[in-house]
Amino acid sequence: MYRLSLDVEQPHSMGTTIIGVTYNGGVVLGADSRTSTGMYVANRASDKITQLTDNVYVCRSGSAADSQVVSDYVRYFLHQHTIQLGQPATVKVAASLVRQLAYNNKAMLQTGMIVGGWDKYEGGKIYGVPLGGTLLEQPFAIGGSGSSYLYGFFDQAWREGMSQEEAEKLVVTAVSLAIARDGASGGVVRTVTINKDGVNRKFYPGDTLPLWHEEMDAVNSLLDIVPAASPEPMIS
Amino acid sequence: MEVPQKGGFSFDLCRRNEMLVSKGLRSPSFLKTGTTIVGLIFQDGVILGADTRATEGPIVADKNCEKIHYMAPNIYCCGAGTAADTEAVTDMVSSQLKLHRYHTGRESRVVTALTLLKSHLFSYQGYVSAALVLGGVDVTGPHLHTIYPHGSTDTLPYATMGSGSLAAMAIFESKYREGMSRDEGIKLVAEAILSGVFNDLGSGSNVDICVITKGNTEYLRNHLSPNPRTYPQKGYTFSKKTEVLLTKITPLREIVPVIEGGDAMEE
Repeated sequence: MYRLSLDVEQPHSMGTTIIGVTYNGGVVLGADSRTSTGMYVANRASDKITQLTDNVYVCRSGSAADSQVVSDYVRYFLHQHTIQLGQPATVKVAASLVRQLAYNNKAMLQTGMIVGGWDKYEGGKIYGVPLGGTLLEQPFAIGGSGSSYLYGFFDQAWREGMSQEEAEKLVVTAVSLAIARDGASGGVVRTVTINKDGVNRKFYPGDTLPLWHEEMDAVNSLLDIVPAASPEPMIS
Repeated sequence: MEVPQKGGFSFDLCRRNEMLVSKGLRSPSFLKTGTTIVGLIFQDGVILGADTRATEGPIVADKNCEKIHYMAPNIYCCGAGTAADTEAVTDMVSSQLKLHRYHTGRESRVVTALTLLKSHLFSYQGYVSAALVLGGVDVTGPHLHTIYPHGSTDTLPYATMGSGSLAAMAIFESKYREGMSRDEGIKLVAEAILSGVFNDLGSGSNVDICVITKGNTEYLRNHLSPNPRTYPQKGYTFSKKTEVLLTKITPLREIVPVIEGGDAMEE
């Protein structure tokens, strides 16, 4: 008797790298695109940066189902709130709603999120809502399994008051570094830039990303001149 | 399952299992995950494909079951996982969609079916073991989605699910192009399902295809039957001791003769 046990039975999770940074005039959100079920990549081009309102987006990590449901609920509540308020919702309100759902259902949910956007009162803001439902306003936030490899990088590379180009370059570099080291992150890099002029989505396919030292093509390798190894085992 | 700290297999849990069995625990029965289901978006719409094998553990329970379920005239859904769950959830949402059509007076949209399915599956926290490939064409265009038992969804140009999904995805990843014609699309979907049928033990028998375009749906039941039942050419052979009465194979009679004016049944 055998069992058809495969990793495809595991829940859909986004071992992930998600980033949000503020810059002079707005925010840049970034994420990888890998969704895995166990060891199988279920979606290699997923979009983890989800819209909540015209001016607020959220990066999702952890359980795919939990994060999708939370962002659907928050989008719905924010839509009602916008109608009642008569003007666009602030980033703080959006983040607060995400936190309330995450905190009140902490036993059942397994998702970490980064809420980022622009409003006319506070400008560009980033709020981290990790597992457990804390709400933390930060100049930059990182999350997901790949973020472990980025703490040192950000300590050294982050500066207050960057320009939009610098901030986008920082985000793309950081996500590609995490992709290089974290098996659960991969695919393409997606960024969303939000400022007073609106929202700009960008997409960076794998071949446009910088290579890191262990990934560079072999140059002057001995493999080019030495013939292929013989299949017979060596006998002394 | 955790990876063992040092190299090699960790036998700790095997000893625990033996201990539990010796105390009278019945080991769990097998989950049915055998299936290959696929979908892809082509130039004019969506093509869904599925194999036709239904398994109960290692036994094939149904050699020609239907895995492509009707949701709406313009929306169909392939189901993998526990057969009862996929049938029940697709029937339920199909009814909800019909009521919604009466209520709104409009053709159903794929995102409506998607939201109804994902909310139901999420609220059962993965215990409704249904993994679905949902596809259709509505006023907003062609759509293809995958839905997982825990309620997460993905929107993709081509998708595979079930135990044969890896075999089928290998075919798609090497041969899929955007904007394929109808014939090219059907050929690729059939090839992907065949890859599952022949390389995955949980999938087998025939290939079903469903082509959905704007205003028209074609359900090609048993589009390919590469595993026909065969009978021995020379008839059956028996050992010498057997008394052979007849070696001719006659098909079953189609019509049952009705005797007119027969006697009433009596003891």
